[in-house]
Amino acid sequence: MEHTADVGIRAYGAGLGEVFRNCALGMMSLMLDLEKVRREKRIRIEAEAGDREALLVAWLSEVLFHVEAEGFAFGWFTEVELSDEKAAAWGWGEPLDPARHGLKLEVKAPTYHGLELREDGGMWVAQVIFDV
Amino acid sequence: MGYLEVVRQLDDFTWEIPRDAQEGMRVPGVVFADRALLEKADADNALQQVANVACLPGIVKASLAMPDIHWGYGFPIGGVAATDAEEGVVSPGGVGYDISCGVRLIKTALSYREAAGKLREALDLLEAGVPKGLGTKGRLRMGRREMEHMMARGAKELVARGIGWEEDLEAMEERGCYPGADPSRVSEKAYARGRDQVGTLGAGNHFLELQVVEEVYPLAERLGLFPEQLVIMVHSGSRGMGHQICTDFIQIMGSTLGKYGYRLPDRQLVCAPVKSREGREYLAAMACAANFAMCNREAITHWIRECFERAFRASARSLGMEVLYDVSHNLAKFEPHEVEGRNRMLLVHRKGATRAFPASRPEVAERYSRTGQPVIIPGDMGSHSFVLVGTEEALRKSFGSTCHGAGRQLSRKAAKKKVRGEELRRRLEDRGIMVRAGHPAGLAEEAPEAYKDVREVVEICEGAGLSRRVARTRPVAVIKG
Repeated sequence: MEHTADVGIRAYGAGLGEVFRNCALGMMSLMLDLEKVRREKRIRIEAEAGDREALLVAWLSEVLFHVEAEGFAFGWFTEVELSDEKAAAWGWGEPLDPARHGLKLEVKAPTYHGLELREDGGMWVAQVIFDV
Repeated sequence: MGYLEVVRQLDDFTWEIPRDAQEGMRVPGVVFADRALLEKADADNALQQVANVACLPGIVKASLAMPDIHWGYGFPIGGVAATDAEEGVVSPGGVGYDISCGVRLIKTALSYREAAGKLREALDLLEAGVPKGLGTKGRLRMGRREMEHMMARGAKELVARGIGWEEDLEAMEERGCYPGADPSRVSEKAYARGRDQVGTLGAGNHFLELQVVEEVYPLAERLGLFPEQLVIMVHSGSRGMGHQICTDFIQIMGSTLGKYGYRLPDRQLVCAPVKSREGREYLAAMACAANFAMCNREAITHWIRECFERAFRASARSLGMEVLYDVSHNLAKFEPHEVEGRNRMLLVHRKGATRAFPASRPEVAERYSRTGQPVIIPGDMGSHSFVLVGTEEALRKSFGSTCHGAGRQLSRKAAKKKVRGEELRRRLEDRGIMVRAGHPAGLAEEAPEAYKDVREVVEICEGAGLSRRVARTRPVAVIKG
C-alpha cells in the first residue's frame, strides 16, 4: 500500500484471528526477510484494548515491542486467539541477526491513521499504516 | 482531495481553508505554500488533515501548515497547532512517534580542501563508531537509575559524564533539558525499548552527513559559517523510547476520549485536556523522550568528535567542532504568544516543523541574541541542506515556526520503483558523494526523487517571512541508518 510518508499493509483472513496474524506477518515483512527467520523459539504475545480496532493496534504494538526490546525476529505466528478485549498468540522465531535476516525498515509504530478492519464477502480485511 | 475549490489566497505564499470547509472546524486552516506545493498537498490528502487538526478542542488562531507539508498520520507532516494551555488539549499525534526527532549541525574549522584527503578515513571510522540501523545497540550502557537521571536532567547529565561539552548545552533548545520531565511517567515497555539506544542513529530517514558550505548569506559569519567549510549534520530522534511513549499515550487517550466528550474526524488525533491527568502525564513522559533525544544526538556528537580526532590526528577543540545548534522538529512546547493583542500561554505542537524564534525571544541563547535562533533544515540525501534563522514575522504568523525539511513527494514504494539502490549509490558517487547505507532498498526509498526540492521549500519559507537563509550546504559523504 502506498502512503507518501509511511508504509501500509493490507491483510486478509478467513476469520479475525487469521487477519490479526497476517497483519503481524505483514509488519514483520516490512522489517526483515521472513523466509530467513528460523523458527527456533516461541514467545507468548498478549494484548488488551477496549475495541477491535484498538486491539489490532495494541496487538501489533506488542509484537513490535518484543522485536525491539528483546531483539527478537518473528517469522511465524499461530492464529490469534481473540475475545472482546484480548488477543493472544505464540510468535515463532529466533534472536534478530542483522547479518542474516535481510533487515529492511525500522517500524516505529502501527497507527490509527487509515486503519480499517472489516468483513467483506466472507473474508476479513485489515489495512494498517505504520510510522517508519 | 478537493480542497482547492474552497481555499482562499491571502497573499503570494499564504492560503486559507475557511472554517466552514468542514464540519467541526474550530479555526481556519492556513497553509504557507505556492500554488504548485498547495496542489501537491491537496492531491496528497494533506489539506484534509489541516482541516481535521482545526477540529481539536482549544486550538487557537489557525491550524497551520509549513511549505514542506505532506500527508502524515492524523496531523499532516509540516503541521503546527497551538492550543490554549489552560483550556486546550494535548495530542500525542501532534508530536508524533519520534518525539523530538531533530537535527543538529556541528561546525569544523576545516575547509573542504584541507579535509578532503582524510574524509574517507573519517567516514570509515564514523561508520564503525556510530551505531546505526535496525536492531543495533549503542555504546553507552546505562542502568535503570542512570536512564532515569538522564531523562530527568537531560544533556547536562551526559556532559557531567564527559560525553559532550558544557558549551554544547547553550546550543540546544531548553539548554538540553526539557522542563517537567518525570521518569516515573514512562512505561516499563518504553524503558525496555529505549535501553541501550542512547547514541544510536536509527534507520529510515535518519542520517549523518559530512557537508560543505556552498553558499553563504549575510548572517553566516556571525554564526561562524564560511564558504567551503566542512560541517557535520546529524538527524535522529528518541528511538524506541519515544515510539513507545507515543504508542502508550495514544492508547490511553483513546480510551479516555469519551470521558471528555470529544468527537474527532481521525482517531489518530486523540487528545486529552492539557490540565487532565492523562494530559499532564503525557507531557511529563514526552519531556523525558525529548531529553532522551537530545542526549542521543549529544552522544552521537561525542563519537563523531572522537572519530575526527583519530582521522585528523588533532583534538576536537582544535578542529573547531562546536555545535551550531540542535533543533527538534517533532515536539509540543509551552510558549507565550500574542493572540489578538493578548499574551496567552499556548501549547505549540510542531509535527515536522521547526521552532524559528527571532532574537527578541528570551528562549534564544545569548550567543544568538543578535541573529535569531538558528534553524537546521536537512535536504534529501544527495542534495542541499540549509541553515536559517527565525524571524519576528514567524512569531506573528506561525507561532515562530518554519519548515523542517524537503518533505516527501513519492511514497517509499514508488521511490523504489523509480530508483534502484545500487544505481543511486553510483550516481551519488559520480557526483563525489560517498555513501554508506545499511541496505540498498533503504537507500532507494530516500532517493532525491522522493522529496520535494528543499531549495523551493526554503525560498517559500523566506518569501512568507517565516525564516531567513544563512547558509546552504552540499553533502560530500552520507551515512544512512
